[in-house]
Amino acid sequence: MQKITQNQLIEKAASLLSDGTVNAVLGWSRGEFGYDVTPKMFKTEEDLKENFVWNDFCGVNFSKYLVSKTDRFDGKILVFLKPCDTYSFNQLLTEHRFEREKVYAVGIPCEGMVDVIKLKAVTGEGISEIKEDGENLLVTTIYEDAPVKVAFKDVLLERCINCKSKKHVAYDELMGDEGEVIESKRFDEVAKIEAMTPDERFAFWQNELSRCIRCNACRDACPACTCEKCVFDNPQSGVENKAPANSFEEKMFHIIRAYHVAGRCTDCGECSRVCPQNIPLHLLNRKFIKDINEFYGEYQAGAEVGSRAPLVDYTTEDLEPGEVFDRRDIDA
Amino acid sequence: MLKCSLDKINSVFEEIAKTAKLYIPADDKDGSAVYKQWENGIEWSSSLNTVRSPKDFFLPQMENLMEFKTEGKNIEVIDNRCETEDFVIFGVRACDVKSFEVLDRVFLSEPVDSYYASRREKGVIVSTACSKPSETCFCKTFGISPEEPEGDVTTWKTEDEIFFKANTSKGEALLEKLSAYTEECDETVVTEQKEKISAIMAKLPLKDLKTDAFGGGKTEEFFNNPVWEELSGSCLGCGTCTFVCPTCQCYDIKDFNTGKGVIRFRCWDSCMYSEFTKMAHGNNRITQKERFRQRFMHKLVYYPENNDGMFSCVGCGRCLSKCPISMNIVKVMKKIGDVDA
Ligand code: SF4
Ligand code: SF4
Ligand code: SF4
Ligand code: SF4
Repeated sequence: MQKITQNQLIEKAASLLSDGTVNAVLGWSRGEFGYDVTPKMFKTEEDLKENFVWNDFCGVNFSKYLVSKTDRFDGKILVFLKPCDTYSFNQLLTEHRFEREKVYAVGIPCEGMVDVIKLKAVTGEGISEIKEDGENLLVTTIYEDAPVKVAFKDVLLERCINCKSKKHVAYDELMGDEGEVIESKRFDEVAKIEAMTPDERFAFWQNELSRCIRCNACRDACPACTCEKCVFDNPQSGVENKAPANSFEEKMFHIIRAYHVAGRCTDCGECSRVCPQNIPLHLLNRKFIKDINEFYGEYQAGAEVGSRAPLVDYTTEDLEPGEVFDRRDIDA
Repeated sequence: MLKCSLDKINSVFEEIAKTAKLYIPADDKDGSAVYKQWENGIEWSSSLNTVRSPKDFFLPQMENLMEFKTEGKNIEVIDNRCETEDFVIFGVRACDVKSFEVLDRVFLSEPVDSYYASRREKGVIVSTACSKPSETCFCKTFGISPEEPEGDVTTWKTEDEIFFKANTSKGEALLEKLSAYTEECDETVVTEQKEKISAIMAKLPLKDLKTDAFGGGKTEEFFNNPVWEELSGSCLGCGTCTFVCPTCQCYDIKDFNTGKGVIRFRCWDSCMYSEFTKMAHGNNRITQKERFRQRFMHKLVYYPENNDGMFSCVGCGRCLSKCPISMNIVKVMKKIGDVDA
């Protein structure tokens, strides 16, 4: 359902490679079943033609990869960025995590990406091929004679259903429109949780977080988590934990992480996308974003390079800490 | 061969749960499944398999090994072991049953890991043949039969019936207890079922994946292959693949200071983690390339070298569906082994 085609991207990449603008292309490479694409550095036109894919499963946010890729690669890298990825891109630049000159960013429009779990809930197991057909996906499985038709908009990732912006906030070149910031309902779910009683809320998170297997995928995919050594990996930190000893530690990991990315999280949605246990981690971060918006005025991390997040800035308009305390019952 | 109507499955579960803790795959969020302890109301999931593998039953993600209390100059050693209960795991898939053999070869060879051993002894495994394999399944690559899984008891499920066959004395004892609900039958339906499964397996996208290129003695051949660089290039080092894998077995043993003593515990570790091989002299796996290579070389070369050619992947497909960047053992096998499939 993407407006821009795979061939257009391959052509663009190949021409930028051959005219020497870039030396490598960070793109998505073909998998086994149509949906399992893997990020890859392409260095030749042949490789691009053979393996580069752009389809409804290119959810991976490349911005974080630029930290390690620019560090290890001598030369300029072409990166294709969806609108949401450009916010992470800016945020990483704000934090001086990679050198801007080493990257050539091409903004590409995005109509939303598909959640394989949702897709499989409709089609069942045994997917062998996925084709696009207007507003639908035609999914061939080994169990059905005819391909199963699935409406694209019914199987979008949560983050895409609640897409906050189709605007590219960073690029060297655009393919398609710059796009607009759009209205989203992304805080609705947070409001529902706020409306719970403290006990209900505790039970909600207890249930979700107790399913965590501490694989760290959420942290490792998160563009705001780019510490050279995470405190949870550091044997010297005293809180290094590979497995949570109890439910307190389980929650501690997530709460510490949410605090650490507060004001820096762009709400890119990677944490929830990658979680093998389908834990709605984005809700924790969105709560912080919602609170920041309400307490200090609208703020979108990554909307521009160099902006000072309200939590690390001071203005005389800032509300008094006591006011936060007084407001705690407003929504209840 | 015994059979029982699926209407009576709840009574069967109830009967088993009278004498042992019973765990079955139950529905979790969003169509995924998880092993839950059975109690009235918990239903057998129709999902193919659980996200977390059943290795937890024998090698829990975290377990206390022992405790030390200090008073003055005395140290008291406290036995806090808890792996003493009888339990039954029901509905285990063929791939996962095989994974127990992979783990056995590690934990039951000298020196025997007594924690693992007593759990293995207490546990009864009831397997279930797969009626709806996923595109990510490739158990056949490793010679595993989803038509007739191993285990203490093998079961086959049809629309309305379940068939049982005991393979061990533990299995026989379990079926003995269920005699009020089961009746003798011949193998006709099960044979048909097996043929159906074979027909499905022959249609799976990974059906032609072979292990021929791999096995013991291949370290030299693969270790310095430049392709590792590319394959590992996007790996996040998150360890999801190792934590969902039924055969990944690495662990760490640590001491937790309680203030009055120490609790010594063991927890899963992962070769994908940066501190995994950190030693007094430093770390011999400096980048993700070395860590990534280790995971796959272990499964495809080192383990078979030490275990009569047995591979330590069972083709369950968990790493295929759960890796955040869709990098996995199949992609590695195809690239490194140059296997066409
Ligand atoms: S990705 Fe999910 S399971 Fe893994 S550590 Fe994060 S919350 Fe836990
Ligand atoms: S890998 Fe084989 S045994 Fe395992 S779930 Fe799939 S078909 Fe069944
Ligand atoms: S390596 Fe992957 S497919 Fe093989 S047993 Fe482990 S999780 Fe399953
Ligand atoms: S292979 Fe995938 S699941 Fe495993 S550590 Fe790398 S990114 Fe994580």
